[in-house]
Amino acid sequence: MFDTISDKFQDISRRIFSGGKLTEKNIEEAIREIRTALLEADVNYGVAKTFIQRVKEKALGEQLVKSVKAREQFIAIVFDELVSLMGPVDTSISFAEKRATVIMMAGLQGSGKTTTCGKMAKFLIKKGHRPLLVAADIQRPGAIEQLQILGETLGVPVFSEPNWTPPKICAKAVAEASKKNCDVVILDTAGRLHIDEGLMKELGEIKKKTKPDNIFLVTDSMTGQDAVNSAQEFHKLLGLDGVVLTKLDGDTRGGAALSIREVAGCPIKFVGMGETLDRLEEFDPQRMASRILGEGDLAGIAAIAKDLINEEEAEKIQEKMLSGQFTLNDFLDQFSMMKKMGGFSDLMGMLPKNMLPPGAQEQLQSGDAENMIKHTEAMIHSMTPQERNHPDVLDGSRRLRVAKGSGKTIQDVNQLLKQFQDMRKMMGNMGQMGGFMDKLMGGGGGLPSMAGGLPGMGGMGGMSGKMRSKRKKKPRRKK
Amino acid sequence: MFLKKSIDKLKSALDRTRKILNTDISDLFQLGRKIDENFLEELEEKLITADVGVETTLYLISSLRESYKNKEIENKEAILDFLKETLKKKLSKKENTIARASEGPTVILVAGVNGVGKTTSIAKLTYYFSQEGKKVILAASDTFRAAAIEQLEKWAQRLDVDIIKQKMGADPAAVAFDAIEAAVARKADILIVDTAGRLHTQKNLMQELGKISRVMKKKIPDAPHEVLLVLDSTTGQNAIVQAKQFDEVISLTGIFLTKLDGTAKGGVVLAIQNQLETPVKFIGLGEQYEDIEVFDGERFVDALFS
Ligand SMILES: Nc1nc2c(ncn2[C@@H]2O[C@H](COP(=O)(O)OP(=O)(O)O)[C@@H](O)[C@H]2O)c(=O)[nH]1
Ligand SMILES: Nc1nc2c(ncn2[C@@H]2O[C@H](COP(=O)(O)OP(=O)(O)O)[C@@H](O)[C@H]2O)c(=O)[nH]1
Ligand SMILES: [Mg+2]
Ligand SMILES: [Mg+2]
Repeated sequence: MFDTISDKFQDISRRIFSGGKLTEKNIEEAIREIRTALLEADVNYGVAKTFIQRVKEKALGEQLVKSVKAREQFIAIVFDELVSLMGPVDTSISFAEKRATVIMMAGLQGSGKTTTCGKMAKFLIKKGHRPLLVAADIQRPGAIEQLQILGETLGVPVFSEPNWTPPKICAKAVAEASKKNCDVVILDTAGRLHIDEGLMKELGEIKKKTKPDNIFLVTDSMTGQDAVNSAQEFHKLLGLDGVVLTKLDGDTRGGAALSIREVAGCPIKFVGMGETLDRLEEFDPQRMASRILGEGDLAGIAAIAKDLINEEEAEKIQEKMLSGQFTLNDFLDQFSMMKKMGGFSDLMGMLPKNMLPPGAQEQLQSGDAENMIKHTEAMIHSMTPQERNHPDVLDGSRRLRVAKGSGKTIQDVNQLLKQFQDMRKMMGNMGQMGGFMDKLMGGGGGLPSMAGGLPGMGGMGGMSGKMRSKRKKKPRRKK
Repeated sequence: MFLKKSIDKLKSALDRTRKILNTDISDLFQLGRKIDENFLEELEEKLITADVGVETTLYLISSLRESYKNKEIENKEAILDFLKETLKKKLSKKENTIARASEGPTVILVAGVNGVGKTTSIAKLTYYFSQEGKKVILAASDTFRAAAIEQLEKWAQRLDVDIIKQKMGADPAAVAFDAIEAAVARKADILIVDTAGRLHTQKNLMQELGKISRVMKKKIPDAPHEVLLVLDSTTGQNAIVQAKQFDEVISLTGIFLTKLDGTAKGGVVLAIQNQLETPVKFIGLGEQYEDIEVFDGERFVDALFS
């Protein structure tokens, strides 16, 4: 592990001379990369183009943070821009004052409207509302039954009149809501193509008759380039209040989110993370931005790391490192910092493969990285405070005690201490190299040590990243 | 029989793409432009906008550039022909007829991610085979989604075919096994098995799908004879990984590409053909059971460019 760290030191030191300004030339590579990433993520061609152009203009001439390569810096700026474009988080639902609130779901066939109606009902029940589900899809065989089953599971009434027209069904349901003791009406409309004039007109009529307080477009997150066309048409006709992006529990990069946001201009409010009714979540622009740029990109790491590292704490450790007074205690602090980041493996897993030190890939897969941390921690925990601050006092018998206390061998303890001494020596030398570390730290004051496995992390100026809690596990559906 | 109608439908569905690919290219030439880097970039835009995907597009463009350098292409006609030929070759390189059992029922397993149109496509296939005078039986192995069984049942009623089902939540493999026994006993020609939508990333559900496929072999060793992946043509690049993952688990024999009546260009087909060996066999052009067409690569490309 220490080897890795010193490798990274060298790596970073190689980068420090790349300070200066962002120029068209030094971000060329990044622009190509980002363009490809966006297109592979299904961001619409035109949207990607204007987006990159805009970000480029914004970034050009900006001062480079010394410790970060132009490429990475530009990626960070792109990330930031993606986040602000898709944000801020807005999951508000407009409620009517004097009558029942109407929420209308619309979208293409199979996008997840009916399921989302069920999820929305559940979400509202939790907030103390009494929703009414309305089966306005008389097109798809079994659509009414589907909604009825969802209503039954939720204990929510379902309004249906299979032989009426959808506008009439919806109008009647809204009129009867209060009689049914319901304060929110959720309209489940049939899927339709945005070029189907007849059916689009029908939506307009439903809107006219029910005056929805919220009109949500339900979109499949796997949608490709065409997302802009359908979103645009639905928006033009209905004036969308928000978007629900479904099926994000898969591995789609979800570039449609950016496209839709760009053409419809309304916020993406919720995301569907599974088939069951509890899998409705707030849209998270940060997470979406990382996703669009691709797993493993620095941007994701930068976003996570930024707020996590308590800068003061980091500075303190940094100072100690410089003076060669870095102790095992500080070392332990770093571990806990890393743990806060949601697990070492997770974090390392987000690095592009070619940035991982040799062998780390295997370790990650076998869970060794996590183990390694655990074992190291156990050993340090078995030391007295004095020993942690002054590892030199650890003689043979003390080492034996530590080994026993942590369930490790004395060789393990020896190795840990040797590596630690080497590292301290190296850092001491650096401290004496006159301002070297200052350069290394760049402007952000981050910590290029353990977490320095994440080059450039310290310097991502302007990252507005908020810590994401742990990466969510893929949901399993219960049968 | 539904040839005329489907050509019209297909044409109008592909109208947009045609406009993009043809009109614009002709415009470029009418303006007297040479085939230069700018031109290639614009062509790239057209292809990517049609969901062809970065990789396939780059491949096409670089072949184009190569041929231009070698003086194989010089004018507008040549460039279109070149593109069409390249694509046709790709799309037609594989046999895309439906496999039939040598004796006993032909079993068709239908799978795909959520909401792509599996059940509707099964209705269409049922109609297609019924037109041929075949006796079709359906298996309701989507026991998960609310009212999925009812949905298939309604199609079965409309199309007047038998359906084998159990209750919601039942083991889908057990339903498939029941169905295959019924298909043999009732001397059906074709058994089509509907399955629940599942994301290719869901390991347990993918395993479940593998089990459905395997359990049928107990009764008919070479079943399923056809394993169709239903792909939504509005889907972007994720369609490729979907195809790859499903192929790994159930060895696909073909693709049913749905919703081509929308404005999505179906360019994803080219991307898939560029990366996988699985041929597209059918396309879906609407929500009714007659909105089905056998996929024809040549015509598809012609419609795309004509
Ligand atoms: N994995 C996943 N599947 C979803 C999600 N939302 C809906 N689905 C599935 O997508 C399919 C279509 O959903 P449905 O609500 O019937 O779509 P509708 O035709 O727009 O009403 C069904 O199989 C749903 O279970 C989601 O967030 N994740
Ligand atoms: N426009 C159009 N809609 C389709 C097509 N195929 C299926 N659909 C619609 O897509 C939605 C989902 O279809 P379904 O068969 O239930 O999908 P499944 O969840 O994969 O079984 C339904 O509203 C269908 O009517 C098609 O080719 N064109
Ligand atoms: Mg529905
Ligand atoms: Mg289905």
